[in-house]
Amino acid sequence: MEPIIEFTDFTFRYRAQKEPSLFGINLKIYPGEKILIAGPSGSGKSTLAHCINGLIPGSLPGEITGSLTVAGLNPEKAGVFGMSKKVGTVLQDTDGQFIGLTVAEDIAFALENDCVPQEEMFRRVDRAAEMVQMRDHLDRSPAELSGGQKQRVSLGGVLVDNVEILLFDEPLANLDPAAGKRTISLIDEISRDQKVTVLIIEHRIEDVLYKDVDRIIVINDGRILADARPDELLCSDVLMEQGMREPLYVTAIKHAGCRIRPEDRPQHIEQMNLEPYRGAVLNWFENTPAPPARPAADTVLEMEQVCFGYSEKHQILKNVGFRIRKGEMVSLVGQNGAGKSTLASLICGFYQPDSGRILLSGEDIAPLSIKERGERIGLVMQSPNQMISKPMITEEVGLGLTVRGVSEEEVRERVEDTLRICGLYPMRNWPISALSFGQKKRVSIASILVMNPEILILDEPTAGQDYRHYTEIMEFLRGLNRETGLTILMITHDMHLMLEYTDRALVLTGGELIGDRTPAEILTDPEITERASLKKTSLYDLALKCGISDPAAFAHRFILYERSLRQTASGQGREVQ
Amino acid sequence: MAKLLSYEEKGTWIHRLSGITKLIFFLIWCALSALTYDTRILLVMIMISLIAFACSRTKWKQVGSVFRVIMVFMVLNLAAIFIMSPEQGCVIYGTRKVLFYIAGHYYMTREQLFYMFNVMIKYFTVIPAVFIFLVTTNPSELAASMNRVGVPYTISYALSIALRYIPDVQGDFHRIRNAQEARGIEMSAKARLGERIRRTASIIFPLLFSSMERIEVVSNAMELRSFGKNKKRTWYAMKPLGRNDRLVLIGTVLFFIAGIVITYADGSRFWAYWL
Repeated sequence: MEPIIEFTDFTFRYRAQKEPSLFGINLKIYPGEKILIAGPSGSGKSTLAHCINGLIPGSLPGEITGSLTVAGLNPEKAGVFGMSKKVGTVLQDTDGQFIGLTVAEDIAFALENDCVPQEEMFRRVDRAAEMVQMRDHLDRSPAELSGGQKQRVSLGGVLVDNVEILLFDEPLANLDPAAGKRTISLIDEISRDQKVTVLIIEHRIEDVLYKDVDRIIVINDGRILADARPDELLCSDVLMEQGMREPLYVTAIKHAGCRIRPEDRPQHIEQMNLEPYRGAVLNWFENTPAPPARPAADTVLEMEQVCFGYSEKHQILKNVGFRIRKGEMVSLVGQNGAGKSTLASLICGFYQPDSGRILLSGEDIAPLSIKERGERIGLVMQSPNQMISKPMITEEVGLGLTVRGVSEEEVRERVEDTLRICGLYPMRNWPISALSFGQKKRVSIASILVMNPEILILDEPTAGQDYRHYTEIMEFLRGLNRETGLTILMITHDMHLMLEYTDRALVLTGGELIGDRTPAEILTDPEITERASLKKTSLYDLALKCGISDPAAFAHRFILYERSLRQTASGQGREVQ
Repeated sequence: MAKLLSYEEKGTWIHRLSGITKLIFFLIWCALSALTYDTRILLVMIMISLIAFACSRTKWKQVGSVFRVIMVFMVLNLAAIFIMSPEQGCVIYGTRKVLFYIAGHYYMTREQLFYMFNVMIKYFTVIPAVFIFLVTTNPSELAASMNRVGVPYTISYALSIALRYIPDVQGDFHRIRNAQEARGIEMSAKARLGERIRRTASIIFPLLFSSMERIEVVSNAMELRSFGKNKKRTWYAMKPLGRNDRLVLIGTVLFFIAGIVITYADGSRFWAYWL
């Protein structure tokens, strides 16, 4: 069979860069294959994708040597428009790529640009909407859709063109776990029914492997490091060596000291033959110390029976109650619309609860204004661009103090201290425009920290970011928490964040708090994960299949063990970039 | 949250009109309102505007706060006219009847009062038309019809996408304002006016930057799906002009001609009841 995508000794260098981003790539992909392309950020995996869909060299110019053929075309000659007939690209930003005013118009967008007559357009849009199960929502506007639905619309928008290759750029980045699972199933169905070739770029390897893929290609530093069937690849250590997350059960088995063999089919925990490993895993579990019980610290924030709704009929929060203790790192999880952001808005005073009380260090904060609360409760928005309003770092970080009339001398002192904590001190005289996204995020956190809040609330701290930025920000927050004892509440729908970085998870569904336990307990509880659109961790299945009666304890020990490994490995996690 | 000034489907006959019809109506309406100072015509226009506004079933909360802002501008506008040129009305109408003395060289004359009254009702002829246009026009359908009358589609699509993002930008605005207020940048009435204007910058810049971020993603996504490939494009949301469209268009043009004829009939575009 002829390959549909063929790279031969392919090297590419961006015009603005000295070094090539891709080196001597040799890769053949055959029609109908389903491929996972994995690699850390900056590895060249996005560059590879851009070569396939023609953005390189059309929109992102540079120098190419070697050859590339995609569906019989040379992307260099065919350009973005020529390639878009053959390659459909689904981007990670579910909102940004929704262009049309309604589902139907968005799916029709490519057809409109190709001057397809209206009659034919209606027919083809209907068919594409059918494929992505959005046939009943053609008139909906993006605001009425969930993230997963928006993504399905984007998928419909490229399927409408009868493309031969589907390219997904981090499709799971903005979805809650349950929606992510549905997306992977849908991609799987379409790849089989429509006979298209599918390329998925994603670092959440375990989530993609929920359905079979034919091959995993690992890229780093512009080179292909591995190209193997999942069963084989998972037996090697290449993912871990390149700083990527293996499926958790695979890592756990490796921690137990086993070498996994391909013939035991490690691609899915459900079908994996665990017989050879059971004893070792059980043994590891019994010999790993149980986590120490946390001494109960003072309560910083307490919610008592809080109810809230924008109108009488529509209750957003129902009798929500919990307490957060000093020095804790807590996650607030639940799908879109579960009431997470509303809860944060109530704490910050943007809205007032209909009933119930919110206590900060034991004091009812109902009488405090937004500004007064802002001195004690720090809110960091999703994107730093939503907060930054000054051109210079010191000005931006000091803004909250300046407007409160703190003396210039004190502002300077506190700003410098904060910048040191945040690893921004060497850059203190830079303009903000010179910073990377991750550094801007740190500036936005610093501008809140400078006010010495009792608790820091972060709204989706890692949304829409790739794995490197994700890790950079999360390690930074963990360091803050460990070194300054800062209490942190994070709103998220990212299960990895919740499991790996927080001590406790509050689970919100339909405005009700249905869980308030350790992440390990939450993610090994089939009922809660089901109700809150979370996904059970595979450690749960591993534990049960190995005959461990307490899967939560197993998951918990695993996470602590991992954390201690990470701490020793990256003690310098706070180095200045 | 009420979606301010954004399209809402309500299925009235005004919603069903083609976007281009509403655009042409709106433009002619503004032109006539700008040209004429004939109080009779302006009053008729207000009546028609209000009837259309009622027919469109537009809710007050969709437009209320924008209306209040316009009112503030109107009052400033009128005050400025009086302070700068208190005798403007007399110059225009060529008569002078003092109603009462105020102070300095400020007299309240019948002419000035009537002139300012006309300026005021001009606002009221146009405001409902603006609101109707914005809240009853499906942006993509408008782009389609503009393209059909010869506006390049890149321009008409840009307009429609701007309308499409009004709700998103509003959402951003609220979130940013809240967060900045929590940082201590007071936007409520407690702060002095000058201070408030200065502090608006702390919302405008973040709003600008987060919008830029959005634009970048959107334009990439559009290009990947062939936007700009051909000289022309077709439109999923295009509506053919119906009977009602033709009626409204003909009616608008006739009304415009009649309005202009009446306005200029006596050689001056200013009409006064005492002349």
